[in-house]
Amino acid sequence: MEEPDVSQPGVTKKFMYVNRRAPYGTVYALESLEVVLIGAAFDQDVSLAFLDDGVFQIVKGQDTAGIGMKNFSPTYRALGDYEVTKLYVEKESLETRGLSEDDLLEITYEDEDDDWAEKPSIHVVKRDEMTQLMAQQDVILSF
Amino acid sequence: MLHTINKSPFETSTFASCLGHAAAGDAVLLIEDGVYAAIADTEPGKQIKAKNGTVSFYVLGPDVAARGLTNGSLAEGIQVVDYAGFVDLVAEHEVAQAWL
Repeated sequence: MEEPDVSQPGVTKKFMYVNRRAPYGTVYALESLEVVLIGAAFDQDVSLAFLDDGVFQIVKGQDTAGIGMKNFSPTYRALGDYEVTKLYVEKESLETRGLSEDDLLEITYEDEDDDWAEKPSIHVVKRDEMTQLMAQQDVILSF
Repeated sequence: MLHTINKSPFETSTFASCLGHAAAGDAVLLIEDGVYAAIADTEPGKQIKAKNGTVSFYVLGPDVAARGLTNGSLAEGIQVVDYAGFVDLVAEHEVAQAWL
């Protein structure tokens, strides 16, 4: 396989991280978040998708004191600082689980192209919109 | 018999299979990702409500809190227990079956 030339500037691909697992029961959610944060160093066009049980990752009010595990949910709120500003959440997945957008963390970013205005990172989308978003990607990493 | 469920009902058939095999007088304890079955106004939550009385339902409080669910958002009739309550349930029942 040919080695990618990482020194070449200007090659930006669309990366989507697809999150389909609940937090804490398995390590998928935390591992995904770690990869997103590491990948943020590479200056690509990154988005995150939350569907199926993945929507549980960004439910607000998580308190893990009683189970002896690290609560990593506050880290999602820092994604904007890593220029990860597009979090797509599937509406149907929320509804099946008795959730609405009000149950989710408030995740925002400061838009450098708009005088650093604070804007929401979370976009609740329908399944067919999610399908289209997936179809637009160059690379999809699934967790 | 005491049944424990540790998988999300939205991801595996564990919850459905357990409920299909729970006899009258049995207890079902939801732990880890199993607690997601307790959310009111979902299909699993409705099944708990329908079967409550025949089967006793319990949910482990620390796992509920970890996942950002509140006791108020849980299906009617389900009882929240702590780790000591978990131990009591195991001690009260002759046999425990872990649905994984």
